[in-house]
Order: sequence, then C-alpha cells, then structure tokens
Amino acid sequence: MTAAPEPLLVATDLHKVYGHTPALDGAELTVRAGEVVAVMGPSGSGKSTLLHCLAGIVTPDSGEVRYRGRQLSAMSDGERSALRRTDFGFVFQFGQLVPELTCLENVAMPMRLGGRKRKEAEAQAATWLERLEVADIADQRPGEVSGGQGQRVAVARALVGEPRVVFADEPTGALDSLNGERVMRLLTEAAHDTGAAVVLVTHEPRVAAYSDREIVVRDGKSRDMERVS
Amino acid sequence: MTSASPSPSSPSSPSSHSPSYEPFAGFDGTRDPGGRPPEPSADLRTWLRDLLLGARFAAGGGREGWLRTALTAVGVALGVAMLLLAAAVPAMMDARDQRRVARDTLSMGEQIKPGPDTFLLDSADTTYHGDDISGVLLQPEGRAAQPPPGLAAMPRPGQMVVSPALKKLLASSPLLRERIPYEITGTIGKAGLIGPADLYYYAGSDKLVAYDATREHGNADRARGFGAHSNSDVRGPVFNLLLVTVLVVLLLPVAVFIATAVRLGGERRDRRLAALRLVGADIRMTRRIAAGEALFGALLGLLLGAVFFLVARQFAAGITIRDISAFPSDLMPDTALTVLIAVSVPMAAVAVTMISLRRTVIEPLGVFRQGLGRRRRVWWRLLIPVAGLALLAPMFGAVKGDASINQYQIAAGTVLLLIGVTALLPWLVETVVGRLSGGPVAWQLATRRLQLNSNASARMVSGVTVAVAGAIALQMLFSAVDQDFVFDTGADPARAQVMVSTDGTTVGQTAHDLRLISATKGVRESSGYLRSQATRPDASTLTGDDRTFPYLPVIVGDCTGLRELAAIGAGCKPGSTFLVQPPADDGNDESPKYLKAGHRIDLNAGYSEKYTGAPRLWTIPAGTPTVATRVDPTGSRQWGVFATPEAIDSSRLFDPGSQIMIGLDPHLPDAVEYVRNTAAGFGVNTYVMNISSTQTKASYTQLRRGLFAGATLTMVLIGASLLVTMLEQLRDRRKLLAVLVAFGTRRSALAWSVLWQTTIPVVLGLVLACAGGIGLGAVLIAMVGRAFQMDWGSVALMSAVGAGVVLAVTLLSLPPLWRLMRPDGLHTE
Amino acid sequence: MSIGHTLLGLLESGPRHGYDLKRAFDERFGHDRPLAYGQVYSTMARLLKNGLVEVDGIEPGGGPERKRYAITDAGVTDVESWLAQPEKPEPYLQTTLYTKVVLAILTGRPAADLLDTQRAEHLRLMRELTRRKSGGDLADQLICDHALFHLEADLRWLELTAARLDQLAAEVTR
Repeated sequence: MTAAPEPLLVATDLHKVYGHTPALDGAELTVRAGEVVAVMGPSGSGKSTLLHCLAGIVTPDSGEVRYRGRQLSAMSDGERSALRRTDFGFVFQFGQLVPELTCLENVAMPMRLGGRKRKEAEAQAATWLERLEVADIADQRPGEVSGGQGQRVAVARALVGEPRVVFADEPTGALDSLNGERVMRLLTEAAHDTGAAVVLVTHEPRVAAYSDREIVVRDGKSRDMERVS
Repeated sequence: MTSASPSPSSPSSPSSHSPSYEPFAGFDGTRDPGGRPPEPSADLRTWLRDLLLGARFAAGGGREGWLRTALTAVGVALGVAMLLLAAAVPAMMDARDQRRVARDTLSMGEQIKPGPDTFLLDSADTTYHGDDISGVLLQPEGRAAQPPPGLAAMPRPGQMVVSPALKKLLASSPLLRERIPYEITGTIGKAGLIGPADLYYYAGSDKLVAYDATREHGNADRARGFGAHSNSDVRGPVFNLLLVTVLVVLLLPVAVFIATAVRLGGERRDRRLAALRLVGADIRMTRRIAAGEALFGALLGLLLGAVFFLVARQFAAGITIRDISAFPSDLMPDTALTVLIAVSVPMAAVAVTMISLRRTVIEPLGVFRQGLGRRRRVWWRLLIPVAGLALLAPMFGAVKGDASINQYQIAAGTVLLLIGVTALLPWLVETVVGRLSGGPVAWQLATRRLQLNSNASARMVSGVTVAVAGAIALQMLFSAVDQDFVFDTGADPARAQVMVSTDGTTVGQTAHDLRLISATKGVRESSGYLRSQATRPDASTLTGDDRTFPYLPVIVGDCTGLRELAAIGAGCKPGSTFLVQPPADDGNDESPKYLKAGHRIDLNAGYSEKYTGAPRLWTIPAGTPTVATRVDPTGSRQWGVFATPEAIDSSRLFDPGSQIMIGLDPHLPDAVEYVRNTAAGFGVNTYVMNISSTQTKASYTQLRRGLFAGATLTMVLIGASLLVTMLEQLRDRRKLLAVLVAFGTRRSALAWSVLWQTTIPVVLGLVLACAGGIGLGAVLIAMVGRAFQMDWGSVALMSAVGAGVVLAVTLLSLPPLWRLMRPDGLHTE
Repeated sequence: MSIGHTLLGLLESGPRHGYDLKRAFDERFGHDRPLAYGQVYSTMARLLKNGLVEVDGIEPGGGPERKRYAITDAGVTDVESWLAQPEKPEPYLQTTLYTKVVLAILTGRPAADLLDTQRAEHLRLMRELTRRKSGGDLADQLICDHALFHLEADLRWLELTAARLDQLAAEVTR
C-alpha cells in the first residue's frame, strides 16, 4: 500500500485520565490516507480510548489530534458530528445499529443525516449492502439477523459515505472465526477500493493481519511496530 | 517495556465496547459545549427531516416499538379525552342553561293584557319515586300564541306533549299515568329539553283563569312567550372552591400521567440516540429526533383522544348523574380550550422530553446522566408547597357567604401544594432508600436496585401520590362543609310526612279535599287548615307614603287541625277562636297591637302596596284566649288569629289557601304517590311537598360522585402506566434475571424483589400523599373557616385504592416475569 | 535453537568452567533434556576456534571440563546480533524464544524489544499469509489458515510473555 506523503490523522502526546485511572499516557499515532493500521494491546491498555480520541468522540486531557491539519478538540460538537457523518465511519463490536430501523435504513442513516434525499440515500445504501453480500436482509431489522450479517451491515454503513477514515473497534469481537474473516476481508477490500484509511482496534492477531502496519498500546503508551527493528 | 499490563490479555475476554457497558470511555467531563461558537441553525427542511425521523422511530421498531408507541398514545389519549370532557363542561352547562332559560315560565310580575298572542300558564310539577317531573299547563288566549321551545303547536285541552324520558316513564308507571292522564300527542323536541333524561310535559288546559290585579282571583299567569328570564342557580363560593379543587385534583394526575406516558421507553430512546450520535448526529439533531418521537406519540394520542371523546360522548345521553343529563351535541368542547389542548398537549410532550434529556448527555459512545450520585436538595422542593400555602393563606376564612373568590389563586395554590408533594417524593425515596440495607435476598435486590435509580420509581408513583393526596384533601373538605349542603329543616317527619297545599280554595273545598285525602290508600291520618291574612281595620283610610299594612295571619281549621299549630288543648270546640302572638325574636312589634280579643281587623288584606276594594271588617271575639304556638310538622311556627270554621265566614277571607298535613303508612312505599294522585285532582294550584328533617343540595352528591369516578379512573390510568414501565424494566433486565435464575436464585425471591421494588416507593408515596392530602385538606378547611376534622375513612379508602393498584400491577407483571426467568432467557436477541 | 549462542550468552555474565556452563544451561533451559558433556565440549571448541571465547584458565586435574572459558568482544557482538535477529516465524519456536528472553534478561539487554521485534516479524508473515489467502483457492486458504492459527498462538505467547517480563526477570535473576 502506498503511503500518501501527507498524513491524514496525527495524534501527538495524548494523555487522558478517567477518574484516577490513566487511559492514555503519551500515546501517539499517525494515519496516512488509505492505510490500514492495527492498534493492538492488552485489555485496558487504552487502545479504545486512543481510537475514540482519534475520532473526536473523546477529547484528550492534553495532547492534540489533528485531522487534515485541523485540531479536533477546537471544533464544535456540530463540526465534529458533521465530520463523523462525512469523513469518518465506525464499526464497533456491537450496539451501533439502531434496532428500530431496517438494515437498509441503518445504512442510509449517515447520508440522510447529512441532508441527502431518502430515495437517493437508500439506493446507495442498497448497492453497499449488495457489495457486502447482505442485500437479502435489507428489509430486516438488526435484531432479526445474525451477528456476522449485522457486522457487515455496520461495515456497509461505515463505508456508504465513502469516508476517509473508518474506525473499527473489535469489529469481529463477537463473531466466530469464519464470520470474522469474512467481515475483515470485506472491510479491508471495500476500504481499499474507496481509498479509506482504517484504524482497527483488535486483540486478535489474525484480524490484525489484515492491516498494513501495527501499533501496540501498553499502559497508555503507543509503540509503532515498524520502528522496532 | 516497563511493566506488565494490569490485566492479562485473553482472547476470550469480551472487549468492552457496548456503549452502555464501557464504564467511562464515553462521557467526557472536560468538554463544554456551551463555550463553542453557535452552530448555524437548522432550516425548516432539516427540522422536518429530524422530526420525521423521530416519528419513524416511534412508528417503527417492530412489534415492541409499536406496542410502546401505542401505550404512549393511549395514555395521552385518555388524558386528552378527559381534558376535552373538562373543556366541554362549561359549554354544556351553558347550553343547558340557555335551554333552561328559554323555556322558563316564571312570571316577570308585570301585567299583560290579553291579546291574540297571549296564553295562560301554570306549573303542574310533581315528583314520582324521587324523580322531579316538571309540567306546564297551557291555555292560549289567541291563535297567535307561540308554543314553547321544542313544540310545534300549543297542546289542546286534555292533550299533552311530553319529553321522551317522561314518555318512557309514563308507559311503565300506571300510577303516574293516572296522575298525568292527558292524551300524549307528541314529544318535546331537543330545543325544549335540558338533557335527554329531562322529565317534562306541556299539557293543554281550559281551566286556567288569569290572576286579577290583586292576585286574589285566578290561578294562572298570562304570558306572551317563554324564556327571557334568567335566574342562574348561584351556588356560592364554597361550591366554586370545591369545583376548582375537584378540577385541579382530577386534571393534575392526568397531566402527570401524560408526562409519564411520554417518557415510556426513555432509556431505549437514549441508547438509540447514542447510536445516531455515532453516525454523525449532533446534539441538536438528537434533540429534534427525540422531539419528533415524542410528538408522534402525542399527536397520535391527541387524535385517539378526540376519537375516545367522541365515542364517550355518544354514551353521555345514557348517563344521568342525579338529574343532570346531557345530549351528546351539548358536550362540545370550548373552541379556545380545544385549541389550547391541541397545542399544549404536544408541546407539553416535547417539553417533558426536553426536560428529561436535559440531564442526559447523549454521546456517541453511550448515555450519561448528569447529577447521578449528587444528593437531592430538599429546600427548593419544600419551597413549592410553601409557595402554594402562601397563595392560599390569605383566603383562610374568606370563603363563605356570597364572597367572590379568586378561582385562579385557589387553583394555583392547590396545584403548587400538590406539585410540592410530587417534588418532595424523589427526595424522600432517595433519602429513605439510601438507608435501607441488609434483609433477605429479595429485599437486598430490590433496595440496591432502587438505590441505583430511585428516580424512575419515584416518577412512576408520583401520579398515584398526586391523585391520592388530592382525593384525601377533597374528601376532608367535603365532610367539613357537609352542613353547607345539608339543611336542617326543623321539620318533624314523625308527625306528618306529606303536605298538600292548595291556593285559592275555600273551607268547603278543603273539607272535601280532606275527606278525599283520608280516603286515599296509604294515608294513616290527616289534618288541615285554611290560611289567609288580615290587616289593620283602618287600612282603607290610610294615605301617604309611610302607610304600612301590618300582616295578620288568619288560620281557619277544625280543632284537630289547629292543635297541630298551637297549644290549644281540650278547650276547643266548634266556634272557638284563639290568638297566637308572633315569636318575640321576630322583631314584629306592629302585629301584636292588633292581635287582641275584641279588636277589629280588616280581612281584605291584598298583596299590593295599594289598598283596593272595600274593607271587610271582622271582630276578634271578646274573650278569645291567647295561647302558645306549637312547631308544626314542617318545622315552622304559625301565629295570628286561629279560628274554627264556625267562628268566621270564610267566604270573606282574602285568597285563602289550604294546607293539609298527612301521615302515611310506613309499610306502603307508594303511599306518597297515591296522595299525589289524589291531590292532582284538586286543581291547578295544588302542590305536594315531602316533609323531611334534612335537605341535601344535589350539587354535593354530583361533586362527590364525580370525584370518586375521576379518582378511580386516574388510578386505573396510573396503574396502566406503572405496569408498562414495570414490563419495560423487566424486559431490559431479562438477561440479568436469567443469570440470577441460572445460578440458583429462587423465582419467588425474584418475584418478591419485584414486589418490594414497587411497594417501597409506593408506600413512601402514599405516606407522603396522606401527609400532603391532610395538609391540603386542612388548608381548604381553613379557607372555608371551619374546624379541622380528620376524615380517616377517606384516608384509609384512598390509600387502599393506591395499594390495590400496586398489588394489581405486581400481580399482572408476574406472568411475564416468570416467562423471562426461564433459562432460555439467557439466549437473547 | 542455537546451543552455541546460548552458552555464549551464559558466559557473558562472567567466565565459567565447562561443567558450570552445563549446569547453568540445564538449570535454565534443559528442563527435559540435559546437555551432554560432549556437546558442551564440542560447542566450546567450535566457539574457541571462531574466536568468540577464550580459555581463561585451566583447573588442575585436567579434562576438558576443567577449562575456564571467557567470552571475547567478538563473542559479545555475536550474542548481541543473535538476540536482535528475529527468528524466522515458524511453529514451536518457544524454546528458542524463551532462551533468548532469559539470556537477554541475564545479560541486561531489553527483553521487551526482543519480543516486539519477534512480534513484528510474526505479524509480517501473518499479513503475507492473509494476502496470499485472499488471492488463493480454498486449498491455499486452508493451508494458510493452518499456519495463521499457529502463528497466532505464538504471537499470543509473545504478548503474554511481554506482559509477564517483570515477573520473569525477578525469577531469573533471583
């Protein structure tokens, strides 16, 4: 994968404390356009917090996250929300699909929130469901489909707006190997096709193997495995 | 690498990524949204989109989502129907009043000369089995006389037009038909009826004679038309106080209920909104979406409420509260109030949603409630009832007689007092629950759960609290003002139970009537006398503006009749006369001057200011003894000249009227009806009156019944919402329940914990409700200036109803609990 | 597993007799298969020939096991590069990796780096296998998956060891 000269997301010296528990202690990370970065580390190491900071969902206590040169913590909630709609996509372990909406509507949601017409949004959502091999469950609700199907719907939703960065936090965490592999294959292929970068938090080496490079977070500190040897 | 990580990574340990699970990853206390530059406001299209999206959530979501929305809608609908009903009451009363005035037959007192459009009328009211029947006898004097409202033409003599309700009653009651024997030629139209249960008839007559100028002769008023005379039934400030309080007490729980209904499924909604935040909804969007959701339920409820109201209205015709009934078309909510309801209910729904969102931070990773763990403060909660008290305190003792009261002030004060009770409830629940610990497993589960979120349970029972507190206060007020509505007439029903009085009769006629009465079935004893009046002997010669005609009653009756009125004893025989002086406290010092044996009095005493006709002088026989008065069976004290028919030429009396006291056979319930039938034959100016020791104004009973019906309905509503909330809680915790069962918790323990979980807040709520209700009751009693008295019966009754609702809710939630606790509950989704 | 590098590493902490070396090796690494004296002798002879060790002195009494060996500078460099060099990721590496980690601890080198280097190497191979898998037929996929699962097991072991380094260091240097 060719790395763009200009980094997309740059996090420097992030610190974050929850209560008395330090979650991030000087972590940093750079994401370049189109690359898949795996963030690994033991539970509680702060890898999810790092992802949340990168996505602007959580504001670090100190340090900064710059997305295309703009500091995320300086943006308003509205701007960050808009960023989540247009530039970012999310795939979580579970809980991110709206149970009341059909799979198709779930996928169309980011575009509709962005002001696109319903028909248009749903037409595009349908092509994405097809691409992720879940076109047959378009009219079912998340509660009625299997875990693997649900995650593929989530991937479709994350990618439907052709974001620049997809944040995936344990996307296969609740899936068996076969379904996990399938989700990862579809996620990375689709991200590659649209040129989206992927920040992939996982503790599964086989999932991390879908990445281009690896960051390990331990005790709130990050370690770029490329620079190890 | 410095040290090992705090916990070893294990491939099977679940990653912590459910928004509701992550202990602290989502809420970000350092962020201050207020400090940011304002975002561009959304345009109409965006608003519409978000609202519609919210509606989509309310309408979608499968069976469960629909169920929740339907429950919200039904809850709101019941509230709306109740509000519409309340809004229709003034108009209904108005419409009834208008029609009542339109057919009013009370004379204006003016003299009308006979003409082509005049007619004579006289009332022929009667009572049958406790139902009041109004009858009007009509006799047109020209062809152009206008028939009363609801009639196409004046009835001919011997014919009558009846209300539908009376027609039905007559058909089923031969005894009454005997009394009102006229041929039925039609029914009164709606314009002539107050309500569908109205018992009314117009009968044609040819026996009416117009009163002459002195009203000495004649038996009927002359009129040119009906109506135009309004005498509104002034019920007084105490009644208004009761009415205002009843409305507040009934409508406030409805408001609380609507607020609760709108919040159904709030936790689920918050999680859904968090999911939307993740895909890029900003805070404003989530608010708009939540508003849309609430609006959908509320609008649906509004429509449904209108339907409920329209359907319920159709049944209104069949419902009679005491003698009040209403036509469906009368139940027409006031336009302004209807608009107010249509606007304020959805707005209130949105407002409640916004308030419940105010303390909730919905972040992309989950939902966080601010102020969790912060102790509630009690001072501002106490401030609310204190403010209410401050509003009501100036009116202590002021609500009496004809004083005009500020109904808004009372309503506001009452509302504040009652709201104060609900505001104190969360604090009370939190404070008490925080101290609970130990106990068996079920108790522990329940108290810990309550400690975690006492707010939800407090909210659940706040409706019950308001309803019970209000109802207790009202019942106390009712019993305190009892005397206001129940009059002590002073009558002695042991001596006589019925009185028949006839105007414009004679001694002979009266004796004849008496014979007929005593021959009537069910009459045990009867006595009667003739009443007239006299004045000073020189009345005809008086001139000038300061002339007065002293009132000197003349009572003519046989010894039996007279003994009922004065302490006459054995000294009475035909030809006897007696004098009875007016009671000293009467302030009448004029009349005693003329009530002396040997004095002359003028029997031509007229009703008017001007003396008319020739004097008819009569001398009180010398030696007439003065005797003490005796309270008559109706409770009044007669005085004046008492004479036996042999002592006075009764044909010289001025407009004599007879009064016949009748003792009935207590074993014959219909005895009074036979008497009425007999009396109906005495002529148009005969009235039959029941003698009873007390008399109750119907208003009181209506209010009490209304309160009880309303309180019951409110409790049922609240019970329904309690049940819904309970079921939702159970569903949300199904996994936990299954786990508890899986590791061996007894089902009975879980059932008990559910019961405790409802019971603890409800018991606290009821305690508070009793305290608040007694407090409000005391305030209301103080306002009407009465002595404080406890009505423990109503406290117990209302508490029992509240407790019953809780028990019913718990029982109804047990089957689903059992189902959820099956081990396969572990398998979710 | 390279016995030569292991013995060299053991010598880094100070000169030892051949007999001591065998005992130290057995104690730490030869749990189930004690090293034969012959193997120690031949290995040391080879190291001596390559100039990685030198004879520090000979105990009276004769016999190869009475020689005292010391590590040369070249020997230190050799250990250094051996430790830094990740092993070719293949199954059943743990004996070698364990030896390397212990030696790194014993010689005061950063064991965590060693593990991370190995980890990066493992993941590199896993990436390659994953790529090959996505392009291959089912047979390829199954073969790749087999290797991937084994590599994953190793990688998890690396992770776990990294998490327990402090504990291990305390035990080894006791």
